[in-house]
Amino acid sequence: MNSSSPSVVYRLDPARVRGEFLRLLPISLFVVAFGTAFGLAAVQKGILPLEATLMSALVFAGASQFAALELWGDQVALLPLMAITFAINSRHILMGASLYPMLRDMPTPRRYGLLLVLTDANWAISAQDYQNGRRNLEVILGGGMVLWLAWLIGTLLGVYFGGMLAHPEQFGLDMVLGCFLLAMALGGRKNPRVLLAWIVAAVAAMAAYWWLPPHTHVVVGALAGGVVGFFWLERKTDEH
Amino acid sequence: MSIETSSQGILAIIAIMALVTLATRWGGPFLMSYVTINPRIESFINTMASSVLIAILTPMAITGDIGARAALGTTAVLMLVLHKPLPSIAAGIAAAAAARYFF
Repeated sequence: MNSSSPSVVYRLDPARVRGEFLRLLPISLFVVAFGTAFGLAAVQKGILPLEATLMSALVFAGASQFAALELWGDQVALLPLMAITFAINSRHILMGASLYPMLRDMPTPRRYGLLLVLTDANWAISAQDYQNGRRNLEVILGGGMVLWLAWLIGTLLGVYFGGMLAHPEQFGLDMVLGCFLLAMALGGRKNPRVLLAWIVAAVAAMAAYWWLPPHTHVVVGALAGGVVGFFWLERKTDEH
Repeated sequence: MSIETSSQGILAIIAIMALVTLATRWGGPFLMSYVTINPRIESFINTMASSVLIAILTPMAITGDIGARAALGTTAVLMLVLHKPLPSIAAGIAAAAAARYFF
């Protein structure tokens, strides 16, 4: 893959966008369940149904939305709200950066438009495809749209009929994203370089989890793993 | 400084969270547009990308309950044997539900 020469403009293929929308439909059903849990938790804090739905539509980042509810009271402290939202979602910065070799071949407005629906699941697929030599930004858009819709529909269900799913963890639903991301990680290419990076990332993430401020472990672990790649370059023997 | 959770206050909270989250979605590619991508930088971001997943998953597995461990263990084994994501994920979720029901 050409990494230095300016390449052709990346054009999104509408058929592939639709294909990726359908590909992420099964996992989106689980996202609906998660959204339902959020909607229920939000109305229990006294947030109006419309407000909870608006939050899901505009923020579209589940973990930080649940964390915001933890801060909820008659008042919400502004700085902790911003700090926690940023810390939990700062993984997006690294995810977006990793897509840059593809995104830079796209006109700027389209590039930033696409990123509106960047989230864990569609990014994980795109990143895995890229590791395997396929350029797939279609999954960011198509997959992102179905995940966004699912999060919205789930929140709506939760604010009106949430009682049905008060304890999603009973059904293992809190592990959907974890299992999904693990399947993506193990489906990627494995070689000694990647394994060393994973060990370094795991150790750094645990150290940050125990000893650094809350919610910093993803960024710390990922950057530590990246350092391995910085010093240990892949030999250009295969096609990628 | 605090925001009251009146209806206007909640709209402000939503707007602030949306803007902060948007900054994280846009920030990475924005910063990268100032970086010259050479093979070393590309190797860094590729390795970092696969490490993101490990950094999310490791604390989940180590500090999680028996359900979380059953889920991740089941998905890992099936994924390495079958190489099929959907059955592996579904079995992982079922394992979490079963582990929490029985233990």
